[in-house]
Amino acid sequence: MKKLTRSLVCAAALGLSVAGPVNAAGISDGVVKIGVLTDMSGVYSAIGGKGSVVAAEMAVHDFGGTVLGKPIKIIAADHQEKADVGSAVAREWIDRDHVDMITDILNSAVGIAVQKLASEKHTITMNTGAGSTALTNKDCTKYGIHYLYDTYALPVGTATAMVKGGGKSWYFITADYAFGHSLQDNTAKVVKSLGGEVKGEVQAPLGTTDFSSYLIQAQSSGAQVIALANAGADTINAIKQANEFGIVAQGQKMAGMLVFLTDVKSLGLNIAKGLQFTTSYYWDRNDASRKFGDAFYAKFGKMPTMDQAGVYSAVLNYLRAVKAAGTDNADAVRAELGKMKIDFFGDTGHIRADGLNVHDMYLVKVKSPKESNPKHGHGWDLLQVEQTIPGDKAYMTLAQGSCPLAK
Amino acid sequence: MGLPLNAVLAQAMLGLNQGAFYALLSLGLAVIFGLLNIINFAHGAFYMLGAFVALIGLTQFGGWIGEPELQINFWAALVLAPLIVGLLGVLIERTMLQRLYKFDHLYGLLLTFGVALVLQGYFTNYYNVNGTPYPGIPASLKGIVNLGFMYFPKYRLFAIAASLVVCFLTWYVIERTKIGAYLRAGTENPNLVQAFGINVPLMITLTYGFGVALAALAGVLAAPIYSVGPLMGANVIITVFAVVVIGGMGSIMGSIVTGLALGMIEGITKVVYPPAANTVIFFVMVIVLLVRPAGLFGREQ
Amino acid sequence: MNKTFWIILFVLGLLAPFAVYPVLMMELLCFALFACAFNLLLGYSGLLSFGHAAFFGSAAYITGFVMTQWNFGPFSGIVAGTLFAGALGLVFGLLAIRRQGIYFAMITLALEQIVFFLSLKLPFTGGEDGLQGIPRGMLFGFIDLNQPLNMYYTVFAIFVACFWLIHRTVHSPFGQVLRAIRENEPRAISLGYNVERIKLLAFVLSATLAGTAGATKSIVFQTASLTDVSWHTSGSVILMTLLGGMGTLLGPIVGAFTVVGLEHELSGIGSWVTVIIGMIFIVCVLAFRRGIVGEIGRLWKRSF
Repeated sequence: MKKLTRSLVCAAALGLSVAGPVNAAGISDGVVKIGVLTDMSGVYSAIGGKGSVVAAEMAVHDFGGTVLGKPIKIIAADHQEKADVGSAVAREWIDRDHVDMITDILNSAVGIAVQKLASEKHTITMNTGAGSTALTNKDCTKYGIHYLYDTYALPVGTATAMVKGGGKSWYFITADYAFGHSLQDNTAKVVKSLGGEVKGEVQAPLGTTDFSSYLIQAQSSGAQVIALANAGADTINAIKQANEFGIVAQGQKMAGMLVFLTDVKSLGLNIAKGLQFTTSYYWDRNDASRKFGDAFYAKFGKMPTMDQAGVYSAVLNYLRAVKAAGTDNADAVRAELGKMKIDFFGDTGHIRADGLNVHDMYLVKVKSPKESNPKHGHGWDLLQVEQTIPGDKAYMTLAQGSCPLAK
Repeated sequence: MGLPLNAVLAQAMLGLNQGAFYALLSLGLAVIFGLLNIINFAHGAFYMLGAFVALIGLTQFGGWIGEPELQINFWAALVLAPLIVGLLGVLIERTMLQRLYKFDHLYGLLLTFGVALVLQGYFTNYYNVNGTPYPGIPASLKGIVNLGFMYFPKYRLFAIAASLVVCFLTWYVIERTKIGAYLRAGTENPNLVQAFGINVPLMITLTYGFGVALAALAGVLAAPIYSVGPLMGANVIITVFAVVVIGGMGSIMGSIVTGLALGMIEGITKVVYPPAANTVIFFVMVIVLLVRPAGLFGREQ
Repeated sequence: MNKTFWIILFVLGLLAPFAVYPVLMMELLCFALFACAFNLLLGYSGLLSFGHAAFFGSAAYITGFVMTQWNFGPFSGIVAGTLFAGALGLVFGLLAIRRQGIYFAMITLALEQIVFFLSLKLPFTGGEDGLQGIPRGMLFGFIDLNQPLNMYYTVFAIFVACFWLIHRTVHSPFGQVLRAIRENEPRAISLGYNVERIKLLAFVLSATLAGTAGATKSIVFQTASLTDVSWHTSGSVILMTLLGGMGTLLGPIVGAFTVVGLEHELSGIGSWVTVIIGMIFIVCVLAFRRGIVGEIGRLWKRSF
């Protein structure tokens, strides 16, 4: 035991000596390292995964390969959808590999854990994958940026458009966890504020494969709109089974609160046609998005999801901020990111004190097989952009939020 | 809260749908357990494999062999998938499981656990984990029928009917025919049956292949309803274990009846308290095992 | 020779954080402890529990809860988590201990699924987000665990203490009786041992130590999540124990290091890791049922 105490003291002393002074200017350790922390094999791997890594590498290439004369390096890892694995990787990246910025971080639980940890260690995170509004509210941090979308912005556009289009009464099929609940709450607020009503809700457990029971409950409620406050496989199964039971054919409308391009591709236009949802990127929206879409397709064989496009944009803007700040010091870069205009495929956004990147969102509608041109976009001509939702309408205002950093 | 009769009937119908799958899956497990005395952890993986054979046959296989027009349709998959997967089962039994019979039965469970990991990991590398819809429902089964109390997809009616027919045929063969008698005798006293000139090892191999083929059949039937994904087996296997344990390990009728009943219970839970829908079976299991340690239809050893 | 061997291992453990990334080392030790605790049950009393993640995970949640909500220090936090796991072990044990073999495995699995459900639904667990931002705090009020090396040596000390306890248990008369029951239960009964009680005691002890492992891990990673209570975690601890060699003291450690190490080193290749681990496991079950340590031990004995 004595030996142990002695080594403890010894170790503590060593621990202190390891931490050296921090360079305030220039690039620390001669390289800018960006970590893409994503889901390589789990339920979100089609949304981010290897495609996110490709997107990050494209951003480095498009930026010119070096920043301030120093090389840029992309590293990637799988967080396996587990908060502890994610934070372990992030910790190792920051402690051992001196990673300067971590991006993607699909999955809210992982997102919150990594953002917290990285900020404690003065490292910037640019989250493009997770949706939870907690990232910029209760769990907001100094270096944490929520880049792409959140569970407030998603429903706003979709719900507004649908209520205005005559869908006054709503029924929710909600994934029974924080993400689903927050999607539902935010959607319901919008519906009610526009004079609509919520006829009912059902909380489906995570990992439900058969939604028919819930769909039948929704059907018998007589609501005009069946809203899916869920994501990924849940959304796909629910839409597919609604189609199977002829629910849409009998007059009720389906609304997906979080739908990715790959979900539509997987469902097929026959089943998904007419579905409306909100997204922050679609490849066929303007020249800038088409250019990236085509380049990405050439590398990856698929059109990018909004998450993959988000990673590209986040890495690019981070590098611009490093260049402008003349250093990779997190404080200086974060200040620069707060000042500069965030270019997002031709749009501009800005990053607030709470870490939220406020930018425009788009209401889209899935094309019918007839409307889709199979020769256009390598078979990815899937969506029609219906409407632009300006950033300040789409996102919560600072006053509505609860981030202590912005008060 | 006084649910209207139609709503109750509708939910019962959906419960039956779920229950039919549980019955078919747990039946295969029960058959294997009855004769080999091992818990086949890879059952979920074979179920997934069955679905993938159908999906690949329809959408990819033609391309692989340079005949893009060739599609193995649903009916063909219904026969081919159980055959292919059953053969794989035979192979696994012959090359691996057979070496383990002289040891503790737990090794069988552990080996098949390893097999499940390999299959699941392999498919995860190549296919969307969220699942890919199976686009090949035959035209004759498309559409919905009015049952009076609800509109129900024709295909699901077919799936329920097919599962039940296969379940009861299997039960009949094992409990009421000569082949079944050999099987059951082989379980009780392999040496004696061997002495009568019956090739017991071959019988065991074929039984394993058959049990696994049932899982694959369930996979093909499930493909058009759920999406085909690498994790579809891992998600269902634990529930099916519970079904077999509640029914009584190795009891054929037990697993069929319990499968159907638990599907119904799950269906009711989806209306009364949805968040517990995936867990209710385990509550039932704990209660049943406390009252009847060998399960509802099992015999105490 | 035996003593020298353990001393060498101990010294290696002390030096490890200078060669290996400390957090990885801590993760390895936590899972090694978990596997050792599991091995106490499987290897020495022959009971295969398929629900051990319930103890590992619930202890992590309880530790996280008392440290974030009630401002417990790390020591009392780990004690609270450990005690809770022990109590839960008693409940599981009372319900399951009379069942044998597969039935025992399945009833522990069912109970674990219920714990999983509670971990998802209870208000303090943070649902699917889990508990986040558990503070590492100051051990005994003066050792700052935010220092990686302080944290490491704390984990190492916990590991060594628990390992020593397991070692003593296995070689105590109690351990002998356990093995006697595993080998031949009817004979142990006829010798007048209260078999059920002894098994229950072993189960509770194993659950408690699994809890210590989970509690420690929650402080190291500052999170407690649903993964910790899921049946996949129960599956991997079985895998670790078997791979390393059940019924040997060193086996679970080797198994845990192999599995966690592989997952860590190969994390870049996606789910091929699962394939590789599955294959290793199959080979192990087919050809090396004694596990890595068991087989080496056999070769060692044969060659001398």
